[in-house]
Amino acid sequence: MSQNIVITTVAGAIRAGTPLLFASIGELLAERSGVLNLGVEGMMLIGAFTGFAVSYNTGNLWLAVVVAMVVAALLAALHAFMSVTLRANQVVSGLALVFLGSGLSGFWGQRYVGTQAPGFSNLSIPLLGKIPIIGEVLFDRDPLVYVGYILVPLVWWFLYKTRAGMNLRAVGEAPSAADARGINVSLTRYIYTIVGGAFAGLGGAYLSLAYTPMWVENMSAGRGWIAIVLVIFAIWDPLLAMVGAYLFGGISVLQFGLQVAQIPIPANIMKMFPYLFTIIVMLFTSGEKMKKRFGAPSALGIPYSREEKT
Amino acid sequence: MKYRFAFLVALLLIGVLAFASPLKIGFIFVGPINDNGWTQAHYDGGVLALKKAFGDKVQITYIENVPEGAPSLNVLNSLASRGFKLIYATSFGYMNQVMQAAKKHPNVIFEMCSGYELASNVGEYFGRMYEPRYLSGLIAGAMTKSGKIGYVAAYPTPEVVRGINAFTLGVRAVNPRATVHVVWTYSWYDPPVEKEAALSLINAGCDVMAQHQDSPAAVEAAQSKGVYAIGYDSPNMGKFGPDAYLTSPIWDWSAFYVPNTKEVLDGTWKSEAYWKGMKSGIVKLAPMSKLVPLSVKKLVTAMKDEIISGRFHVFEGPIYDQNGKLRIPAGKIMSDDALLSMQWFVNGVVGKIPKK
Repeated sequence: MSQNIVITTVAGAIRAGTPLLFASIGELLAERSGVLNLGVEGMMLIGAFTGFAVSYNTGNLWLAVVVAMVVAALLAALHAFMSVTLRANQVVSGLALVFLGSGLSGFWGQRYVGTQAPGFSNLSIPLLGKIPIIGEVLFDRDPLVYVGYILVPLVWWFLYKTRAGMNLRAVGEAPSAADARGINVSLTRYIYTIVGGAFAGLGGAYLSLAYTPMWVENMSAGRGWIAIVLVIFAIWDPLLAMVGAYLFGGISVLQFGLQVAQIPIPANIMKMFPYLFTIIVMLFTSGEKMKKRFGAPSALGIPYSREEKT
Repeated sequence: MKYRFAFLVALLLIGVLAFASPLKIGFIFVGPINDNGWTQAHYDGGVLALKKAFGDKVQITYIENVPEGAPSLNVLNSLASRGFKLIYATSFGYMNQVMQAAKKHPNVIFEMCSGYELASNVGEYFGRMYEPRYLSGLIAGAMTKSGKIGYVAAYPTPEVVRGINAFTLGVRAVNPRATVHVVWTYSWYDPPVEKEAALSLINAGCDVMAQHQDSPAAVEAAQSKGVYAIGYDSPNMGKFGPDAYLTSPIWDWSAFYVPNTKEVLDGTWKSEAYWKGMKSGIVKLAPMSKLVPLSVKKLVTAMKDEIISGRFHVFEGPIYDQNGKLRIPAGKIMSDDALLSMQWFVNGVVGKIPKK
């Protein structure tokens, strides 16, 4: 029985963590380039809606995923235009995206509420899927979960082991120095804000195509905000973001496992944990020395222009 | 003599005006009208049913997505000052604003869904959903093989607790050893969370799922795991689990809206707290799916007749609570006040009501 709880919690953690994982990896890339995009919730919603609508109309799941990513990327491009080209306030522009995304998806999505479309089903990986317990938990999942497994090490490798990744980090840490070395700051920020949006859209598509294959208004229910918190929790590191996503997902699932097992830990307390963990991480990384190594990208949220550099 | 004449003229004028201009009716909704749930039930049973029943004697406007609390006051006031004479507020969170607007517009009639305050121009309306929930419990009790039934519930309000209790009484009437396992989600509406809650119950051995949630995620979870499910709000929930869905306790608000609007049209309306059950038709059990065996269907239909005729009452003693304490002695029926403030579980429920 107790083994059963562990298995179902881990399995649930991966399921609940995957949409958070995609969205937070996307936000992480945008923030690494120095652009804070608070519109994750809106981009997830637009992704969830377009993914579902394409699956409904064409029956092609992978096309649905691609379109969801493209449409969410378009929203992100709007944010990039506002914050890079117009150098507007990134917080305001990001919040506007939330309302834009939830409003548009709610409006266009009205006629899809209560309809059914094809969704992803589980795909057992040969050999690996046959391992007792571990195989069932890790390798008998829907294909998007595997995309998450592969994506994270790829992003990590890209960020720390390639020239393009180094340029990206340079733009977020010291845009004027990067500029002096001939890196196009605006272009870099555009690219990663847009790529980040695409991943948020993928997170949304996971909700409406794999997690609960349906479309209902505001179905992301605050997961976009948790993804933003998660980036801070992960101190802008993709591997930690993966750990955090599954951890946060696990907590949201564990609360039900505990209730079923009659272990009285109030659900409200459980819901608080992700934020509590994040605050603890922030406490430990707030010292000057720590900040340099683990803190936010130095230029995060600050528009860049050549004239203003000192 | 002069007075009598003036009075007659006034009456005539009122009569002519009443016939000439339709009654303007406003609805405010908390969600979109096609949510497959709460708001759609009010739209179908309210706006559509009234148009059909009264034609051009009424002129209806509705406003969707009105947030509960302070923002609703503006909407209520603007409807009232634009000549709407009858306003239906269809969610609990509008109550304080309805009371304020009603004070400001004494000539406008307000009807408040699921609240509890009354005024000379404010009425309340709600339905005894626990009656069809009891019937759905009979089905769950008959269908379970493991003897464990899962119940995904939103918040521990008296309405939800009452529903769980009625459901459990139904389960135990046919299956005295079965238990109903409750998990709280602390959300009326969050599909992934509802699905996780349902999966945790199914993994613990529950083979029938019931819910007090506004999304069909629990039905979909049951479908994916090959167990049975009972929905809520709307028979459309069956679409999300064709091999799982048994039935849903549902609302049919037209049973209230049509007669109540007629009273307003006839000038016989009086403020009252309307709280009726299956007899009025405001609450129902949706048609049972083909998964429900004929013998169970017969039993449910028979019990439905008993409830409608008033021969059977769901909360009639003896009823024991979770700790085995006798709460309602044999032959006694729980009072409406006790029902409206219910904060304890009947015997057979596994789960706790969080302390406030």
